[in-house]
Amino acid sequence: MEAVVDARGLGKRYGDKWGLTDVSLAVPPGHVTGLVGPNGAGKSTLLHLITGLFPPTTGSITVAGGRPAGGATQLAKVGFVPQDTPVYAGFSVADHLRLGAHLNPRWDGALARERVEKLGLGLSQKAGRLSGGQRAQLALTLAIAKRPELLVLDEPVASLDPLARRDFLRDLIEARRTHAMSVVLSSHLVGDLERVCDYLILLAASRVQLAGPVDALLAAHRLIYTSGERSVMPKEWTAIAETDHGLLVRVDEPFGDPSPPGVAAVELEDLVLAYMSRGMSPNPEEENR
Amino acid sequence: MIWLTWRQFRAQLLVVVVALGVVALIFGVTGPGLAHLYLTSGLLTCHRNCAALKTSFLNAVKSDTVYPALTIIGAALLYVAPVLIGAFVGAPLAAREFETGTFRLAWNQSVTRGRWLAAKIALIGFVAAATGAILSLIVTWWSRPVDRVGGMPLANGQLGKFSPLIFGARDVVPIAYAALGFTVGVLIGLLVRRTLPAMALTLACVALVLFAWPNVVRPHLISPVTTTTPITVNLTTAVVNHNGEITMPVTNLPGAWIVSNRTLTPGGAVFSLPASGPCAGGSTEQCNAWFATQHLRRQVTYQPASRYWSFQWSEAAIFLVLSFVFAGLSLWWIKRLRIA
Repeated sequence: MEAVVDARGLGKRYGDKWGLTDVSLAVPPGHVTGLVGPNGAGKSTLLHLITGLFPPTTGSITVAGGRPAGGATQLAKVGFVPQDTPVYAGFSVADHLRLGAHLNPRWDGALARERVEKLGLGLSQKAGRLSGGQRAQLALTLAIAKRPELLVLDEPVASLDPLARRDFLRDLIEARRTHAMSVVLSSHLVGDLERVCDYLILLAASRVQLAGPVDALLAAHRLIYTSGERSVMPKEWTAIAETDHGLLVRVDEPFGDPSPPGVAAVELEDLVLAYMSRGMSPNPEEENR
Repeated sequence: MIWLTWRQFRAQLLVVVVALGVVALIFGVTGPGLAHLYLTSGLLTCHRNCAALKTSFLNAVKSDTVYPALTIIGAALLYVAPVLIGAFVGAPLAAREFETGTFRLAWNQSVTRGRWLAAKIALIGFVAAATGAILSLIVTWWSRPVDRVGGMPLANGQLGKFSPLIFGARDVVPIAYAALGFTVGVLIGLLVRRTLPAMALTLACVALVLFAWPNVVRPHLISPVTTTTPITVNLTTAVVNHNGEITMPVTNLPGAWIVSNRTLTPGGAVFSLPASGPCAGGSTEQCNAWFATQHLRRQVTYQPASRYWSFQWSEAAIFLVLSFVFAGLSLWWIKRLRIA
């Protein structure tokens, strides 16, 4: 199946600084993809390239078979919930739904009303008076009721309290289950991603450090947590980085249980942190030796 | 887009409509009185004593409590309107969306940003131009009696509708001014992307254009006519400017726009009041007698009254074309805008 996000050699430069360098990705459709990385790693840049808010400096990107923001048809295919979830403060909730209905040919009005009702948002409530969580939910409602092929969310829960965050993510997963669509969401909180994502892209220092289905990534890595075992590490394994719990290694051969002593399966959080720290270190090649 | 434009613009539209209503009310209530004054002045049927009737009519207008003020207010309104439309409607149109981040919401609906902006410029631009048209209609209608007799009297002539101060407040030109103010505001809002600076800059730019145009560009739209005729300077009617240059008011070119009026010596130099001689120490009669011996000439540069409509249409056309150019630049720019 054709990739929903297909990037080749993608780069974006701001002035003389590169926000994103040499990103090549092919995200298969039907996944909830988590885009993770430290602040300033280029997450927002990648999402804005996907939604076409600006074009790449180098390389090419195809989203749901078209050039991002390359026309009304393409815009209809991609729903976007930007960071800080902007809404028109002077508009009521009903006005926002009307906006969606007027500007989107595939608008699902019944779905929008049903969601707003379920969320307990009053139709006549001014959007400027909503709480951060409610605003995020309203922005998500607009993006979902547009019935996109791909839903993109930029740090949607960053400004929400833990309870609102849990509700938002639970709601997102439910919506995605009922309406077939691919989702890409960014976060710097691994815990959030672990709960909802089955595909992972890890950005650090404006490069992709790791990308793939979460299951496959977990299966391909192990932790070596006693220092003594490191000397007996098979040659095919590649050390990635030291973590709090031991050395993370990539296991290229499929690896059957039981694990040898001192070698354990890896948690997503350790995996992410290891690749992040490797990506952020000044000379990653050095650590591999 | 029509719905969204309407929803976002309706509050401003209400202000515009109320303002137009107030203006219409004030001028509508006082207009018939002024018209009645003209109808009963005898100017419509006069044959011989027209000049005297004109003077008495203008004196009656001048001594009224509201007519002189409304003449000035009417003209001022039509210069202020394009500036306000630019600053309060044009500039925030895009700038506010950038400031609040809502452009990200708007641009991620199934409408390209080019169409988003085009719809707003077309719909609101039309309202801006219509506002200029309605204001001009009201003020032009109200001022007709005074305009017919050459405009409000001043110290050295009259404020005719071809004069730089009044020209932009009559007939079709204000429509184009309003459209220009709006499109300049939209473009500046797109370039500056912050509401208050964009408003201030628009205010300054539109005001500058409206001030500079009549003084710098308009006189040269069509080459003015220059005539040089012998003149006898009379101290009782002459005007002396701050440089001591003395001129006789032009009274033989009704409705013309006098671009410049200078008194020249036989040698072709600009004539000034001498610091010595009969005009420095003598009586008015002695001075006038001395003037008569100087063979002075008057050089008048002017646009004939018959060119009024050529100027109206060409200036309106130029400003409308400029409005379309600014709208086009805005649309071109928004597609190239690198912003997230």
